[in-house]
Amino acid sequence: MMSEENINKERRNFLAIATATASGMCAAAASVPFLKSWNPSAATVAMGAPVLVDIGNLQVGEQKIVEWRRKPVWIIRRTQEEIERLLTANEFLRDPNSDKSDQPSYVKNSYRSIRPEILVLIGICTHLGCSPKYRPELGSVNATWQGGFFCPCHGSIFDMAGRVLKGVPAPTNLQVPPYAFLNDTTLLIGMTSEDDLSEWKT
Amino acid sequence: MVKLLNWINARFPLTKLWNEHLAEYYAPKNFNIWYYFGSLALFVLVSQIVTGIWLTMNYVPTEEEAFSSVEHIMRNVEWGWFIRYWHVVGASLFFVVVYLHMFRSLLYGSYKTPRELVWLIGMGIYVLLMAEAFFGYLLPWGQMSYWGAQVITSLLGAIPGIGEDLVLWIRGDYNVSGVTLNRFFSLHVIAIPLVLLGAVVLHIMALHSVGSNNPDGIEIKKHLDHSGKPLDGLPFHPYYTVKDWFGLMVFLTLFSLIVFFFPDFWGYFLEHVNFDPANHLVTPEHIAPVWYFTPFYAMLRAVPDKFLGVLVMAGAIAILFILPWLDKCLVRSVRYRSPTFKWALFAFAVSFIGLGVLGGLPADPNRTLLARIFTVNYFFFFLSMPFYTRKEKTKPIPERVTFK
Repeated sequence: MMSEENINKERRNFLAIATATASGMCAAAASVPFLKSWNPSAATVAMGAPVLVDIGNLQVGEQKIVEWRRKPVWIIRRTQEEIERLLTANEFLRDPNSDKSDQPSYVKNSYRSIRPEILVLIGICTHLGCSPKYRPELGSVNATWQGGFFCPCHGSIFDMAGRVLKGVPAPTNLQVPPYAFLNDTTLLIGMTSEDDLSEWKT
Repeated sequence: MVKLLNWINARFPLTKLWNEHLAEYYAPKNFNIWYYFGSLALFVLVSQIVTGIWLTMNYVPTEEEAFSSVEHIMRNVEWGWFIRYWHVVGASLFFVVVYLHMFRSLLYGSYKTPRELVWLIGMGIYVLLMAEAFFGYLLPWGQMSYWGAQVITSLLGAIPGIGEDLVLWIRGDYNVSGVTLNRFFSLHVIAIPLVLLGAVVLHIMALHSVGSNNPDGIEIKKHLDHSGKPLDGLPFHPYYTVKDWFGLMVFLTLFSLIVFFFPDFWGYFLEHVNFDPANHLVTPEHIAPVWYFTPFYAMLRAVPDKFLGVLVMAGAIAILFILPWLDKCLVRSVRYRSPTFKWALFAFAVSFIGLGVLGGLPADPNRTLLARIFTVNYFFFFLSMPFYTRKEKTKPIPERVTFK
């Protein structure tokens, strides 16, 4: 029998602390694969590659819905009146100059587009992810409606450049995806860097 | 038989467990109809697990086949419609009995000392149940499944800083997709049920260690007979097992009526929009969660700010956890509490049901105003509690249980 005096308390303490430390490190290390496996897989990322869209037959006022990264992307050819209306009545907008919103720097203008007539937007409400409805007709959503987008889920409204109006739950303007015109009628949507673009042009 | 029992008891505490939890667990004599819902919740849990296992045999958790495999269960599999409807109706009835079970606790002060842990574990079960229902709702891959998951996962995006990355991590894709469906399936059939079962065991263990409350809210352990048994208690088995079994038969009658004659419950248990397969490019005109989430959904919609809305919704659930410490009144049962408390509880119940009704309807300015009033009252019920319950004018409580 081991007596009380023979217990090496220092060694016991050391072993206890060493075991606890090693266990903690093991737990932290073991959590990495489980947590990381929830990230988008290589296949999912590959599926999120840029998409080519032909807008040659897109009529004035027409909305084309394409899919990029499983999100609806809208391409709309705006009318001349709609374009002109975007330059007025800014006091109803929450973020008229898109300072707090998410878009590539080359579309941070009043039209939120490269070409004034062609609008490209991610069709996902910045509130809680529903897809708003395209309602270009004047007075269709409310009496003073100037044309734009209406989210059926929680009533957020956006103008014809996807800019959010005041007093609705959506915090920011609709997102604009990165895009470029490869030629007059072909759009490339969703490229992530300049290298990508040159590859697509050839 | 006795020999076999002795053999087992020498190796496993079978008789001890039986006695502790059934034959010698003394429950108050004066239980009323409110005391059926605990055992009914246990029954629904088992019934959900059994029907769930059977559904898994034919369901395919992929984007391409999920919707059609549910149709296959409904049309081709023998009795598949029955098993699926039983599971669907069971999900809603689970929340019916759990909400009644929780309201019973509010009525008779069952969350108070020494039953705080019974309440806390119970709240944990409620949150797990909500997660289980949410993950399961995506599986039929209908329009409402899809956009419901889209909205709820977007809620996390409201968290400043990490929100957007968290949403991507939860979904495993840039938007809700087959990847999301697959992981929700795994969480729905394995992870959450496993934790849920463990939590239910803890809930019952905690309850049996402190003893059940009763409609008078008094301790039955204060008056014992010569052998140390509570004078106002009855052994759970056979007295309450028989009573609960009777209640179960009544419940099963109602359950069957719904499953056989009104399985969609006029769109409340199975939303009609969900009969369209998921389309990730088009949101339905009106989306609303299933009825058991609508009170919280109405609160979210009532707040015109994204982050604050999410905060209010999460706060409405979080505040329930600290209820035992908000209520300072020493008298447990509503029977002997002040008119102030009775009115407050009544107004709270009206607000909660009102929010539930509003959350299922499309929003308009009048309804939004009403939802805001109800939301304020919901929180007022809890936040004013520490003040008015401190010096509440209560009625004298009886020494022994009463029968009404």
